[in-house]
Amino acid sequence: MTFNKVIEILEADVILDKGHKDLEILSVCSSDLLSDLLHFAKKPQAILITGMTNTHVVRTAEITDIIAIAFVLNKKPEKDTIEMARQKGIPLIVTRFSRFTACGRLFMEGLRSCTEDGI
Amino acid sequence: MKEPESIEGSFHLTGGDFNNAGAASSELKTILTKRGISPDLVRRAAIVTFEAEMNVIIHAVAGVIHYSIAPETIRIAINDMGPGIPDIELAMQEGYSTAPDWVREMGWGAGMGLPNMKKLSDEFRIETVVNEGTTVEMLIYLRKDSHEGT
Repeated sequence: MTFNKVIEILEADVILDKGHKDLEILSVCSSDLLSDLLHFAKKPQAILITGMTNTHVVRTAEITDIIAIAFVLNKKPEKDTIEMARQKGIPLIVTRFSRFTACGRLFMEGLRSCTEDGI
Repeated sequence: MKEPESIEGSFHLTGGDFNNAGAASSELKTILTKRGISPDLVRRAAIVTFEAEMNVIIHAVAGVIHYSIAPETIRIAINDMGPGIPDIELAMQEGYSTAPDWVREMGWGAGMGLPNMKKLSDEFRIETVVNEGTTVEMLIYLRKDSHEGT
């Protein structure tokens, strides 16, 4: 699924985009616990759905090869977070939906978990 | 084909320096990627380093990450001056954490760090002395037939 399609499904606003709209998203991770993400994020080309907005989220995405981040509940990321994402080339979007609903909407459209077994 | 030579280096960490948390792991990831190591192995090495880096920043006063990249293995060793771990068996259990609430609010302290480091490395050793510090040494094999000492 293209990143552009994800933006559409989540009715999201783009906070940081450097021409990533054709980026291919293949799976989804969702957590506010970053150490959990380090543990279970396995599939490539994943988008992270999270309520955490600090710089550590971007760092975790970078380390685990997550390629895009969506913040839920209209949470705008901190300035430092946007700056780090810019440096790392990771696009950021924000959606009004909760984590549950954001994930549900993407699931309904065919995306699956970034965990090893996809569950 | 000529074997690439071994390289090594280190990063110094300061306990409580959450602003730079992950910077060392990020730099190591770049070094490994530039060396042409496969993305899956780079990812594993970056994650175990990040976990260790966060442990030092959360729990210790200071620490050093030492890495060496040989043709057959990546070795990552972390020494810290910290509180030590009174019960390693307990600390190795998934979900067990002693991180304070304010650290959890930042997204850390889920109790998955040490188990994940063990899971993602091919060799894992931990030594700890209460009130002195902890040393973790991890090896990641770059070839399927790699083993220690080669």
